[in-house]
Amino acid sequence: MPRLRLIAPAVPVLALALTACVPNSPTASSSATGGGALTVSSTADACTLSATSAPSGTLTFTVTNDGSQTTEFYLLAADGLRIVAEVENIGPGLSRDLVAQVAPGSYLTACKPGMVGDGIRASFTVTDSGTPVGPTGDVAAQLTAAEASYVAYVKDQVGSLITGTKAFAAAYTAGDDTTARSLYASTRVHWERVEPVAESFGDLDPLLDLREADLEAGQTWTGWHLIEKDLWQPTPAANGGVAYTPLTAEQRTTAANDLVAHTQELLDRVNAPGFTVAAFAISNGAKELLDEVATGKVTGEEEAWSHTDLWDFAANVDGAKVAYEVLADVVKEKDPQLASTLDTRFAALATQLAAYGSIESGFVTYDTLTPDQVRALAADVDALAEPLSTLTATVTSA
Amino acid sequence: MSEGPTTPTTPQDGGPRLSRRALLGWGGALAGLAAAGTGAAVVEGRRAAHPASAASPGLVHPFTGEHQAGIATAAQDRLYFAAFDLTTTSRDDVIALLRTWTVMAARMTQGLPAGPFGPVSGPYDAPPDDTGEAMDLPAAGLTVTFGFGRSLFVDEAGADRFGLAGRLPAGLADLPHFPKDALDPARSGGDLVVQACADDPQVAVHAVRNLARAAFGTAVIRWAQLGFGRTSSTSTAQKTPRNLFGFKDGTDNLKAESADLLDQHVWVPASAASADATAGVDSSWLTGGSYLVARRIRMTIETWDRSALREQERVIGRDKREGAPLSGGTEFTPPDFAAKGNDGSTLVNPHAHMTLGHPDQNGGRHMLRRGYNFTDGNDSLGRLDAGLFFIAFVTDPRTHYVPMQTAMARDDLLSEYLQHTGSGLWAVPPGVPDLPTGSDGSPALTADGPFVGQALFA
Repeated sequence: MPRLRLIAPAVPVLALALTACVPNSPTASSSATGGGALTVSSTADACTLSATSAPSGTLTFTVTNDGSQTTEFYLLAADGLRIVAEVENIGPGLSRDLVAQVAPGSYLTACKPGMVGDGIRASFTVTDSGTPVGPTGDVAAQLTAAEASYVAYVKDQVGSLITGTKAFAAAYTAGDDTTARSLYASTRVHWERVEPVAESFGDLDPLLDLREADLEAGQTWTGWHLIEKDLWQPTPAANGGVAYTPLTAEQRTTAANDLVAHTQELLDRVNAPGFTVAAFAISNGAKELLDEVATGKVTGEEEAWSHTDLWDFAANVDGAKVAYEVLADVVKEKDPQLASTLDTRFAALATQLAAYGSIESGFVTYDTLTPDQVRALAADVDALAEPLSTLTATVTSA
Repeated sequence: MSEGPTTPTTPQDGGPRLSRRALLGWGGALAGLAAAGTGAAVVEGRRAAHPASAASPGLVHPFTGEHQAGIATAAQDRLYFAAFDLTTTSRDDVIALLRTWTVMAARMTQGLPAGPFGPVSGPYDAPPDDTGEAMDLPAAGLTVTFGFGRSLFVDEAGADRFGLAGRLPAGLADLPHFPKDALDPARSGGDLVVQACADDPQVAVHAVRNLARAAFGTAVIRWAQLGFGRTSSTSTAQKTPRNLFGFKDGTDNLKAESADLLDQHVWVPASAASADATAGVDSSWLTGGSYLVARRIRMTIETWDRSALREQERVIGRDKREGAPLSGGTEFTPPDFAAKGNDGSTLVNPHAHMTLGHPDQNGGRHMLRRGYNFTDGNDSLGRLDAGLFFIAFVTDPRTHYVPMQTAMARDDLLSEYLQHTGSGLWAVPPGVPDLPTGSDGSPALTADGPFVGQALFA
């Protein structure tokens, strides 16, 4: 079907991956047909492909592990060293698809039962279908640059976070609630912008950002939302029918010190030598940030007492946009349509959000939004999140 | 059903298919039908498996027996689940309601109308004693299962409501708050519970509707839940269905064929009553019964749907196509939690949903899950209000549910996509002995007939 690809060269990889789920029956032909679908059977001593050549374009290898050990399948450049595409960790009996855009040329295929050694290799030829394949620039260099750029952003945000957190903690400890309240949302935006990175350190997120409802029976509550509740103390009706007991001066000091210490730990970790964020983690992070908005912020569940959800909302979107932007060069080359859709929808959401304020000048509180306004915000969040969820597949299908 | 234990029968297999009206018209033919059946009926106890396929529309499950039906019964396709609050303060009213419900349930599960006249007979100036929407429909494998909540025994302040406080089993304690719980009180709890399951949703709704009608003045529905697409198999003859995340659910579920495991993990043993007796509580009425845990688990469908297949399989711990563990094999291959991939981490994530729910990770404890998918329309943001209505039957929730749910709510990768919005725990008394029959041979209401949970009120 290469001609179809000429007519619609921007068919997203994801769509092709889905069509590839249709079981295909290998033909006797030595060249793959039908949209570049190939099957691979990996056993202890064989790596059997349904074809030894395929036309250039998007190829789908459905790799079945017919052996008894966990296996991997690689498409290697002719030098046998450079990995063009790979699928790993396929348990015995399982099948997994490898979808890749492949340019004309000579390649090697390799199954690696047991995941050791050079694997069982064979030659594989990709003929020229006339379909333009993949980016023309040096993707590897672009991704390396994207990772460096994103790491710098993370360090900058966490740097601002520790500064703001110290000022917030000092005001709260000193009993200056007015100042603490004014610093709460504007400090948290630095956290919300890079939250997936903090979440990747599994222990820090619950220490810093756990909501009261997330607690296990008997678990000690620490972090931002403990202090939030103490700064915006609920009525008994909003507190499960129980009168709220304010924190003592001593408890305040402990809560504030914990907050600073855990944030310092986050700062240390992102500044540790060797800290990096892989390209797929950047794009997954963008998607996760929109998920955060969709499930926590647009519903007003995140900031149950302060109702400053729109700050978090805007910061999550900021963080997702930066993640997208550092990868934008790659996206524009590989799927210009996706890039265009994302640009449009980021802009639409920003416009709508701007009607309620800004991080710099402040937002209205969530409890002043009407149901229709919330619904309109949610619609734009979902409209952006859906295409954003294809970012990783686009970026990693090199 | 005065002939003692019977196996389920499938009328259309061995003769003309009979509608409710036909059965009614035939009068006492039902018992004979059940006994004659397909000619393949084998007399065996209720403890035995019910091997018939849940898809048979004419399937009839016995109502009476050692255990209530609707637990080890092969899971039907549809659910109507209703929790009731008692409005009466009279113990006699409660007994009268349970006696009436028992006879009605016994009749409806056999494909008979709720009352002796049926939907289109009886005095012309009286409302029919059956609401009629199940006319012409077969029994559709209907089972009706009853349970008692803690609030039947004591109120929130601990006061004895019906003279039953001394009969409250220790296992019927309030479930703790689990991490991320977002429970709606209007979808939680209830003094009594009715689980109606059938292969036809109209048959299940008909059952609850008629029971609710009979309860007016004594009890009202507190909340109810419709379920479709059973999410568990409870028989090895059933194919594992898929939940709304698109994954097979309940692969490692307890099956009715495992009588030993049911005794160990589902039915309440006599030893539980002995333990309660040391605390001065007589809970012997529950021996041979079970506990029903229900959780309305909303799924954040939209964010799940935009997760990569890699993420979905990592979170579940199984492959989506076959349901095989990521360590390899086919659906029923035991997972190898130690098998490692090339990066040194295990192929099955230690926090995958399958890992945390697996008996190997829970001290060998099993649950009999019997959940259903649900969708209750959309929320105010246009998102599906959908998920899984989790039902499990266990021998003791303190050992067989609370520890697992505590670990899951805290550690399960899937919990990011879940929100528990409703909850309930009920003690399910054992089965009911054979009921007195009327002149037409069908179960009839008498002043002293046996009823579900009778031993509790003895």
